[in-house]
Amino acid sequence: MTLRVTNTAKTYPDGTKALLPTELSVAKGEIVSLLGPSGCGKTTLLRIIAGLETPDAGSEIWFGNDNVTSLPVERRKVGMVFQSYALFPNMSVRANVGYGLKMQKLPKDEIESRVTEVLELCQLQEFSGRAIDALSGGQRQRVALARAIAPRPRMLLLDEPLSALDAALREALRDELAMLLREFHITAIFVTHDQDEAMAIADRVAVMSHGHVVQSGTPEELYRNPNSPFVAGFVGNAMRLEGKVAGSTLHLDGGELALPRDGTGHNVFVRAEDVQIDTEGPLNGKVESVTFFGTHYRVGISGIMTDVLTSTYAGQNAPKVGERVEVSIKPEALMLLPEGAEI
Amino acid sequence: MFKSKTKLLQLIVTLSACAFLLIPTIMSVMAGLTANYFKGISSGLTLKWVFQVWELYADSIFLSLWLAIACLIVTLIVGLPAAYGLARHPGWLSRLLEEFISLPLAVPGLAIALALLQLYGSMKGFRASWAFILVGHVLYTLPFMVRSILAVLAAIDLKTLEEGAASLGASPWQRFRDIVVPNAMPGILAGALTVVTLSIGEFNITWMLHTPYLKTLPVGLADSYASMRLEVASAYTLVFFILIVPLLMAMQWASARAQRKTK
Repeated sequence: MTLRVTNTAKTYPDGTKALLPTELSVAKGEIVSLLGPSGCGKTTLLRIIAGLETPDAGSEIWFGNDNVTSLPVERRKVGMVFQSYALFPNMSVRANVGYGLKMQKLPKDEIESRVTEVLELCQLQEFSGRAIDALSGGQRQRVALARAIAPRPRMLLLDEPLSALDAALREALRDELAMLLREFHITAIFVTHDQDEAMAIADRVAVMSHGHVVQSGTPEELYRNPNSPFVAGFVGNAMRLEGKVAGSTLHLDGGELALPRDGTGHNVFVRAEDVQIDTEGPLNGKVESVTFFGTHYRVGISGIMTDVLTSTYAGQNAPKVGERVEVSIKPEALMLLPEGAEI
Repeated sequence: MFKSKTKLLQLIVTLSACAFLLIPTIMSVMAGLTANYFKGISSGLTLKWVFQVWELYADSIFLSLWLAIACLIVTLIVGLPAAYGLARHPGWLSRLLEEFISLPLAVPGLAIALALLQLYGSMKGFRASWAFILVGHVLYTLPFMVRSILAVLAAIDLKTLEEGAASLGASPWQRFRDIVVPNAMPGILAGALTVVTLSIGEFNITWMLHTPYLKTLPVGLADSYASMRLEVASAYTLVFFILIVPLLMAMQWASARAQRKTK
């Protein structure tokens, strides 16, 4: 089922605009992530799609050919995974997963067989009789997913489904979730503030800021061609090179850099992994900090611009703090974004 | 054994407090079982007085039990939705309402009874029926039911649980039945036992509202002390204990359980 959201906004009674008029369409079977910092309106948009929040007048939400704008959540046939999972503590795992089917008034034996099927799919068979508070965080997350998927909803909505887990588990479950969502062949929207999560799971990412969608595209598009400093910074932590642009040259405190094209009226951004410590490099600076991350070092270099420039160093012999180093950045790694697009 | 004087002092204070509380109780129970109180235990132990109480006051005992059950039903019907409403809409208005419901706890029972008499005293049929006493009991016990349920509901993320159920297709009524009531159960149970215990023991309001034909258990007790032999009145106290102590213990157990749930 395709989803179409047009002119949808949310203003709270106190005048706070949580969501500015927004357009969003999601194709059948597509997995879309709403990515943004807290307070950007991503959860509001998800809750409006679910029917848990009433949008402003003029908003329209279409599920395929049905206008569902005025339907309450219980009649929209969506599956929802909540940040806190919202599992019913008064029911067993099995009863939780079967609740949606019971609400559809299906015959008992059909409920049983479908619950068993979903429990198997989510590898929860052995926990089916357990109480919710006897489950680990990862198991709860799978139960929440199984419960949402069991009634065969038209669309699956996930609100920060991994944020309640600790870091190590989160990474493992991220890949598992991506795999399961593809197995379900279901249209899915999930909200997250974690760019790695969005990129790992989604076919398409919609980056949101201050109540509207700033850019939407495949993870690669967003990473390589951000349309604004915000997207460049939020997706892949790009840094602004604070210098003076003259034609296709960038003048920095620590040297000059060639730009890929005429950069007049543009700001220049770069990512740490494209900043290379290179004895032949045109820029010169002093090492301020060296942090070891296992797979790489992160080296902070001062003297090239006002702020510290961060470089990712993958070799064995990282420079020492206080050393002077040469730095090079390939012209094609520089991102030129028009000035004034400060969102 | 007693390493310090402080420990010894603690023990003495504890024991004297216990004695202060227990001795009158024991004396009263013994008086109810003694053949002749003025002669003392030497006159022999008997259950005569207990049977006499049963003959004289069985009606009071049953009236109190029915009143307590009726009171429980009314406080459940009113209190559960009220607690649910207050839990779902937190805010200053809810806090104010909660305080308002709790007002009968702060106002003397006498004042409540007088107010009820002033308002409904002229409605003869109502004034003389047990429903009139029931109104007083409900006013007095409702805050206990509401607060007990509210404490449990406030400790769970009710809004999200309900949203979860709604996303699975549950209507508001189904959500209330399948999610709210089962999860509020420890609070309902603790509240129910409190209401029954308080209703059976309530004296202040009931004494003002009762008629000669409608005496509850505590009113009967006062009556027996005023007009019967001391032994009969004491046996009455014993009967009262037998009824109320198991309820009290169940109440303690249920509240402890509800409190565990809220943690």
